[in-house]
Amino acid sequence: MSNLGPLLSLHGVSKSFPGVKALVNVDFTARAGEVHALMGENGAGKSTLIKVLTGVYRRDSGEMLLEGKSIDPRSPQEAQALGISTVYQEVNLIPFLSVAENICLGRQPTRFGCIRWKAIHERALKALARVGIDIDVSEPLSSYSIAIQQLVAIARALDISAKLLILDEPTSSLDAHEVETLFRVIRKLKVEGLGIIFVTHFLDQVYAVSDRITVLRNGKLVGEYEAAALPRLQLISRMMGKELAEFEMQNAKGRPAPRDAFLELRGVGRRGSLQPIDLSIRAGEVVGLAGLLGAGRTETARLIFGIDQPDSGELRVEDRSTRIDSPRSAISHRLGFCPEDRKSEGIIPNLSVRENIVLALQSSEGWIRYVSRERQHQLADQFIRGLNIVTPGPEQPVRLLSGGNQQKVILARWLASHPRLLLLDEPTRGIDVGAKLEIEKLMVRLTGEGMAILFISSDVEETVRNSSRVVVLRDRRKVAELSGDEISEGNIMRAIAATQTEDTSR
Amino acid sequence: MNAPHFIASPDWKRLQWPLAALALVLVFNLFCTPGFFRIEFKDGRFYGSLLDILNRGTPVALAALGMTLVIATGGVDLSVGAVMAITGSIAALLITKGGASVPLVIAGSLLAAAGAGFWNGVLVGMFRISPIVATLILMVSGRGIAQLLNGGQIITFENRAFQFISRGTLLGLPFTIALTLAVFAVLSFLKRRTALGLFIEATGDNEVASRYSGINTRAVKLLVYAVCSLCAGIAGLILVTDIKAADANNAGLWLELDAILATVIGGTALQGGRFYLFGSLLGAVLIQTLTTTILTRGVPVEFTLIVKALVIVIVCLLQSEAFRRIVLRR
Repeated sequence: MSNLGPLLSLHGVSKSFPGVKALVNVDFTARAGEVHALMGENGAGKSTLIKVLTGVYRRDSGEMLLEGKSIDPRSPQEAQALGISTVYQEVNLIPFLSVAENICLGRQPTRFGCIRWKAIHERALKALARVGIDIDVSEPLSSYSIAIQQLVAIARALDISAKLLILDEPTSSLDAHEVETLFRVIRKLKVEGLGIIFVTHFLDQVYAVSDRITVLRNGKLVGEYEAAALPRLQLISRMMGKELAEFEMQNAKGRPAPRDAFLELRGVGRRGSLQPIDLSIRAGEVVGLAGLLGAGRTETARLIFGIDQPDSGELRVEDRSTRIDSPRSAISHRLGFCPEDRKSEGIIPNLSVRENIVLALQSSEGWIRYVSRERQHQLADQFIRGLNIVTPGPEQPVRLLSGGNQQKVILARWLASHPRLLLLDEPTRGIDVGAKLEIEKLMVRLTGEGMAILFISSDVEETVRNSSRVVVLRDRRKVAELSGDEISEGNIMRAIAATQTEDTSR
Repeated sequence: MNAPHFIASPDWKRLQWPLAALALVLVFNLFCTPGFFRIEFKDGRFYGSLLDILNRGTPVALAALGMTLVIATGGVDLSVGAVMAITGSIAALLITKGGASVPLVIAGSLLAAAGAGFWNGVLVGMFRISPIVATLILMVSGRGIAQLLNGGQIITFENRAFQFISRGTLLGLPFTIALTLAVFAVLSFLKRRTALGLFIEATGDNEVASRYSGINTRAVKLLVYAVCSLCAGIAGLILVTDIKAADANNAGLWLELDAILATVIGGTALQGGRFYLFGSLLGAVLIQTLTTTILTRGVPVEFTLIVKALVIVIVCLLQSEAFRRIVLRR
């Protein structure tokens, strides 16, 4: 294939937003007849790059060539007219229109100003034949599965004359069989000479269809590789930005003797979000939850905290089978949860630091047993000093605090209600190094006092440093559990990288 | 003990615009309306324009107090006017057909009002129907219900004890004022001495985070809609006893809009979050002062609507961050 010239090439493309350099001097090449996977962790710049390609954003600098000609799409429509089409994870077609109408939308063949329905149907059938499906095109789109809808979206993109097809996490809501159907279509289109850019979190899928892999990290290009020549472990270490040797550092801290399990999951799972897993968390220990983005870490925490309901398995608190069907019932079992998305799920932005801190305590006390003003001020002062929260005072609206201090306020909210188990989802993301260290120190102190902590972090080094046990998730399944000397970045990486066959042979 | 702190607090600052507007209207009347500030004492009660304004303003004030709680949770209740009509119709029925005693009339009609609010709360809190749509249902159908109850007639009645609600006096002042202040006092107590204020404000400010912190946001919504309708019901009793008749078509007509306006003037933002009960009272007084002023000037009634619209626009612009940014940029 290498004798084919590049279909699309980007040279030195940069894009910044106020305060963030989303893309810095990135090169990227897509060739006709090739599937090119775009990989990177959160904030790597994948979606910015896709949006620059499709005209949602305009690049600040750099060159973009399509078949050797410089292009500068200013909208997705312009990009589409040039032959660059995108299919997103969420199908953005119109569910209650028929399949045929969706495929021809905006380009309906007409005669004397009237729509020619027959022509529409023929055209739709022809377009669908290219992706290898044969369905009744007069049915509404919503009557078909997400997988079919996605194929319809691809058929539409092809019908608009795509040269380059961008698939942005198309498989996230598909089951294994549907993914295989999609991949068959991808391989067929590849043979027909289409250039395909494939974005996904699932490593197995990358290796199943991709010819080439480009890795981005923190908005910069890490490299472009032949898929066959890049072992999984290498890929992960490129994505995470560490050499394998660095991963071998051990977590050597002495750990207190484990006590009884406080919380135990036995085969707890939820269709479409988490395969059934076993997990136990003992009082006085930090269990780290490792895995790539989308591996099922947040999903696990949400199931435990009663935000989502499991549809299989048993959850046990202090060796008693328990149903937790809401955050309220989780809190009544003395659980606390610091969500990943601090702004939309954590802080109450316009309320004061004091009110944010007493919130969980007050809600577990009920509305009538008012925590007195004096007690509220006492708690606020205690945590502002104890956690070193930088604020002009307890009455400051919490939205005016920095990210790290907001995180500490949310921690304080839970600590004030004396939880037995604290679920921390990315507690150190987006906060400065000083606050990070303070939160780590706090975890040591809390577990010393007998609290159990579930620690979720994308930073493997941090996970190794803080955890007494590490559970590794991949593709929404538990794939390994490490304890004691086994806990090292290398072992975690290997568990993330292992193929499915290796898992079963284990 | 808290006084100096209160005057310096942002709560007080927030009231400076409505206070300035009120002062402006009063000064206008001082020069242009003779006898506006005169208060007389006759037959054991006080008379005067100012008292009349306060008295006439009580239905809006009561509705605004309830509305404030609903708006604080990020919702709105368009059905308060219809609830007033329902309350009035039921009260009139209980008196004329049922021959019930006054306490029973009051209890029965207020129970119906609270039930109406509970219905709104179920739609909004449990089934997550958008508040505008959910309460629009009762806004439209509520008047129909009231008409059905009345058999399409205006039911008149004579009952001196019941009429005390709107005609009676306490310490020489209209009883309605005392009634409104009592409701204000109860709600203020609940806000300051229980955790309800915190729960309502948290729910309105960030519902997801509130739920994750253990607040039963559904129950909070059920409660505020029920309380809002209860307040509307009390206002409905004032209206029905004032004209000694239940008029399903006109009782409390468009009053929900005045209540929303009073709440917004008082500093409670329509997005929800922080709420200010005293501000809403002040807003209601401002609206009634405007209305009375326009009426005593002999200006056609239609103008009150236009003036109110102007006030809404100005207040909303002052609250709009985009507006302030654009104006300040110049």
